[in-house]
Amino acid sequence: MRNLNGSGSPLLDLRNVGKTFSNGVSALRDVNLTIREGDFLSLLGPSGCGKSTALRLIAGLTTPTTGALDWHKALGGDCTGFVFQEPTLLPWASVFDNVWLPLRLRGVSREKAAPAVSELLERVHLTGFENAVPRELSGGMKMRVSIARALVTKPRLLLMDEPFAALDEITRFKLNDDLLELWQDQRFTVVFVTHSVFESVFLSNRIVIMAARPGRVSGEMTVDAAYPRDEKFRISPEYAAFCLRASEALNAAMNSASEPHGH
Amino acid sequence: MVIETLPARLDPEEAKRVRQERLERIGSWLLPLLIMLFAIWLWDRICVWNEIPRYILPRPHVVAQTLYTDAALLFGSLLVTLKITFLSLLLAVIGGVGLAVLFTQSKWVEMSFFPFAIVLQVTPIVAIFPLINIYVDNQTAKLLLCSWIVAFFPILSNTTLGLNSVDRNLRDLFRLNGATRWQKLRHLRLPAAMPYFLGGLKIAGGLSLIGAVVAEFVAGSSGQSSGLASRIIEAGYRLNAPRLFAALILISLTGILIFLVLSLVSHLLLRRWHESALKQER
Repeated sequence: MRNLNGSGSPLLDLRNVGKTFSNGVSALRDVNLTIREGDFLSLLGPSGCGKSTALRLIAGLTTPTTGALDWHKALGGDCTGFVFQEPTLLPWASVFDNVWLPLRLRGVSREKAAPAVSELLERVHLTGFENAVPRELSGGMKMRVSIARALVTKPRLLLMDEPFAALDEITRFKLNDDLLELWQDQRFTVVFVTHSVFESVFLSNRIVIMAARPGRVSGEMTVDAAYPRDEKFRISPEYAAFCLRASEALNAAMNSASEPHGH
Repeated sequence: MVIETLPARLDPEEAKRVRQERLERIGSWLLPLLIMLFAIWLWDRICVWNEIPRYILPRPHVVAQTLYTDAALLFGSLLVTLKITFLSLLLAVIGGVGLAVLFTQSKWVEMSFFPFAIVLQVTPIVAIFPLINIYVDNQTAKLLLCSWIVAFFPILSNTTLGLNSVDRNLRDLFRLNGATRWQKLRHLRLPAAMPYFLGGLKIAGGLSLIGAVVAEFVAGSSGQSSGLASRIIEAGYRLNAPRLFAALILISLTGILIFLVLSLVSHLLLRRWHESALKQER
């Protein structure tokens, strides 16, 4: 069995990565970070700390102003999946067509894609909704479609940008459970952006705490609680202790941000 | 969403709401109908009370009679006008969507050419027509060109707006998946532009009819045309007011019909996903 808490081999190094936008805003400064294979890594920080920018850099949607991203293993486009803050589905297309889309863009026919799409829909508990269109689904279900779509290409790396921020707590808990199950099962690496201490502790084995203005890494902690994590973990003293530690780290990061600094 | 089973007993408030909705549904077509009947009755009375001669203002039943006795002539002309209308609408769709797609392929192309589309739009067609009359010989081609100029702009501008208003994240998603230009157009931009295009089409449908009629009016005296507009001019010269009214009614009905058909098409295409086509829930 894979060591879920330990560190796999390095997948990606961010070395002194900085990003300054054309309007002069310095979104990231001197970020050093190693993502290891099998990680469930959360980027935790207040808004404006550049965590989404970091994710977009990893996805290749934007390029760093300074520093570099070093990939240890060649990851083609097929090997990263992206889940946005909103479900970002095609509103005119059925659930099936939405999940099929990444394969379709790679030239895979509907028939050939069908087994993979059906399997993923089953994994996110949406069997039977193949023909529904997004507006007929609840917020949580839409997000499930979005996750299925990101995983349909069997990516090695899944990037998630505050995917559950807009959901109610009960739905969020359920989706957290299901995401962890998928992660333990399919052995992809996750980089998960969030501003929720509780969510990051519940999900991740590593939390990178970020501070704002300019966006930078202010600390890192390991959550070495065993997987699988379930409802029992959510109410355990162990979980509470991790949350306390993460909160303190986050507070420290936010206080350090209030000192006058550049922008 | 359809509610399959209504609860056996509604509380007074809900029952009142259901009653209200039913009443409004009936009223929405009954009231305009009643107003129309009243207006026709009033028209008839005014003719009688003031003893207005039929070559100034014919009574409604005379118009209806003319519609029947002159049917062959009028419907023949209607067909001519319809042909111009639909052909120019078709060309407006092809031209408008084609140009819009071209525009969105490159910001530079859009920046260069969009202003000229506006120039074409804001110049009154009646003022351009004498030029067209000189350069184009074929009568049908003349009318088509006029009608097209009037009709194509709303399609062009709406479709351009639609093609450009794609969700940013969806654009990123396509980029991440290595979509080609054609794939982006086919699977993202064109479907996203659909509601905008259909909005433009509804306007263009009416405009192409107006364009066809106006063009024929301006071209009218040159002879060979035989659409409804020339019937109106002709009837005007001969003080044949009943036929004039009959032709006018046919044009109005055609306009209404075009609008209704295009609204239906729009509803059918969008009803599953777009807000504009959704029934109010709750």
